[in-house]
Amino acid sequence: MTTDRRLLQHALPIGMVLLAALVAWYLLAFALNAPGVIDRVLSPRGAWSSRDLVFATLNATRPLLPAPHQIVFDIWDSLTKWSLTSPRNLLLHTWVTASAALTGFAMGVVLGMLLGVCIVHSRTLDKALLPWIVASQTIPVLAIAPIVLIILGSIGITGMLPKATIAMYLCFFPVTIATVQGLRSPQKMEMELVHTYAARRLDIFWLVRLPSSLPYLFPAFRVAIASGLVGTMVAELPTGAQAGLGARLLTGSYYGNTIQIWSALVMASLLGLALTGLVTLTERLVMRQRKGI
Amino acid sequence: MKHTAIPGTFLLVCALLLLMLSLIQLTAQTPLSAPLISINALLLVSTLAACSTALPPFRAGLFVASLLVSALWLAWQPLHSLTLCVLALLAVVSVQRLARASVPSAAVATLLGAWLLWFWQILVTGFAVPQVILPAPLDILAALVDSLPLLAGDVLQTVFKSVLVGYVLGSGLGIAVAILIDRLPFLQRGLLPVANLTSTVPLVGVAPIAVMWFGFDWPSKAAVVVLVTFFPALVSTLAGLKASGKLEQELMYCYAATPRQRLLALRLPAAMPFIFSALKVNATLSLITAIVAEFFGSPTAGLGFRISSESARMHMPVVWSAIVVASVAGSLFYSLLVHLDKRVNFWHPTLRGSAVEK
Repeated sequence: MTTDRRLLQHALPIGMVLLAALVAWYLLAFALNAPGVIDRVLSPRGAWSSRDLVFATLNATRPLLPAPHQIVFDIWDSLTKWSLTSPRNLLLHTWVTASAALTGFAMGVVLGMLLGVCIVHSRTLDKALLPWIVASQTIPVLAIAPIVLIILGSIGITGMLPKATIAMYLCFFPVTIATVQGLRSPQKMEMELVHTYAARRLDIFWLVRLPSSLPYLFPAFRVAIASGLVGTMVAELPTGAQAGLGARLLTGSYYGNTIQIWSALVMASLLGLALTGLVTLTERLVMRQRKGI
Repeated sequence: MKHTAIPGTFLLVCALLLLMLSLIQLTAQTPLSAPLISINALLLVSTLAACSTALPPFRAGLFVASLLVSALWLAWQPLHSLTLCVLALLAVVSVQRLARASVPSAAVATLLGAWLLWFWQILVTGFAVPQVILPAPLDILAALVDSLPLLAGDVLQTVFKSVLVGYVLGSGLGIAVAILIDRLPFLQRGLLPVANLTSTVPLVGVAPIAVMWFGFDWPSKAAVVVLVTFFPALVSTLAGLKASGKLEQELMYCYAATPRQRLLALRLPAAMPFIFSALKVNATLSLITAIVAEFFGSPTAGLGFRISSESARMHMPVVWSAIVVASVAGSLFYSLLVHLDKRVNFWHPTLRGSAVEK
């Protein structure tokens, strides 16, 4: 009962906003495409009615802004008409990007947590390293992407790993900062309590610090995986990569294939949502288990 | 909890052992390398000088001086790996010692940065690493000085046109829209989740479309920056407008303040910390976005264009100097905002301190 009402309370406004966005999109598509369509399609054909215009603008082959249904059809076509191994199937590109992003995320989490643990336990690193990590957040890390690709390429590492490395670069910042914050979050009283139990550093870490850092870690994971996805897609740009959503975007922009760009973009958004959802799901499971204890 | 001095002592013992090894190796060479042996002697002096947890001023001075002299001297000598290892260990010890002393942490970080740069320079030149893989810091500096006019044009194009215009428009629009829809709970409930979801969407991908719509020059980059910065500003401002305390709101109600007065006198000031945190996030985000958007096609200037085109031509020092310029610009932008944040919070004392952050 209450959940129903809450659902209604939230779903209705969200639905309205999305509907408004959809209507606005159609109107915008009509307005943007109309001049081009009139020039190239309708005028040569002779007399045309307003119905023709609406139909033509929403189904143009090279629209300035494709209508939503065109994008949906394009994605659906690519999923159903071609086999999973074909480069025309978007799922292949999605998988290439997702695997690199996930590998980078895993590497970034490991690196970020290691750094965080070291910083918490060493005053030297806290003073010497943490300022650099914080300062490097103001550096456009993605700018380094082409360089990392070239460096790794000249060593002989190609394929997924360079992309994952760049994703890792973007992932580890939030994880490090959150680990440091989280591991320092236990109250003084709790620390003193375990201290009276003569707990060793390792015990304190496993029993007190790590559990209390979990609420800090998961939001950081969400941020990290979203930015890791962006990093992976950007890494696919300058290499002339054959597969991946970023490569799909780039080829689409080379050939002026707008629908391809948009469908890759929609796919990327869905992937981002799915990955973040995965992290959220893990968070729910872990947190519920903790509450059960 | 007591702090033991074991790691530092351990490092010093390792340094001593390595010194012995390197001395044995050096004396075995037929043409005796006199400078390297004297560097070794210097390092021995600094190791011994560092062998106590609390350094008296004289020994600390001796430690620093001998370390400095041997480091500078070693820069002109052929690479000797064991000596270099000893120096690396002593560098770690020096950073550790400085961290223990009561100096601002910026000094410790600077020392670490200086050591890293020094080792970068020495190792890259010593092992003759090709410039394509990793240019030495001095080469990057030279390239930076050489291509200063070029990079100044890039900064003008990227930072002052794309980023600044997009940032001001995007953040301004986000804040304005948030203030506009603040009193429409229905719209807020609908818009907020959607705006939150955009943080998981790789919005940078809009860049090729923006290029198609707005042309190759800076307006297309500014458009992407507007899109990327809009949603964080919107979400934070909406959260901030809810942050004013209940007591103050009731007080305003007692004064029969109009919604407009309430907004200007209470809720907008209360939202300032939130707005500034969004502005700070947006500052780095907009620079990254503009640079990446330039990868998708750009005129003949811009930091992103410089990075992608020069790395294609294998002019790596220029690429690195472009990155240095970009990071300096980003840091300046960010620190400017931090400074401004402090000023604004200073004028609104109720917002200052940890009460707001919690």
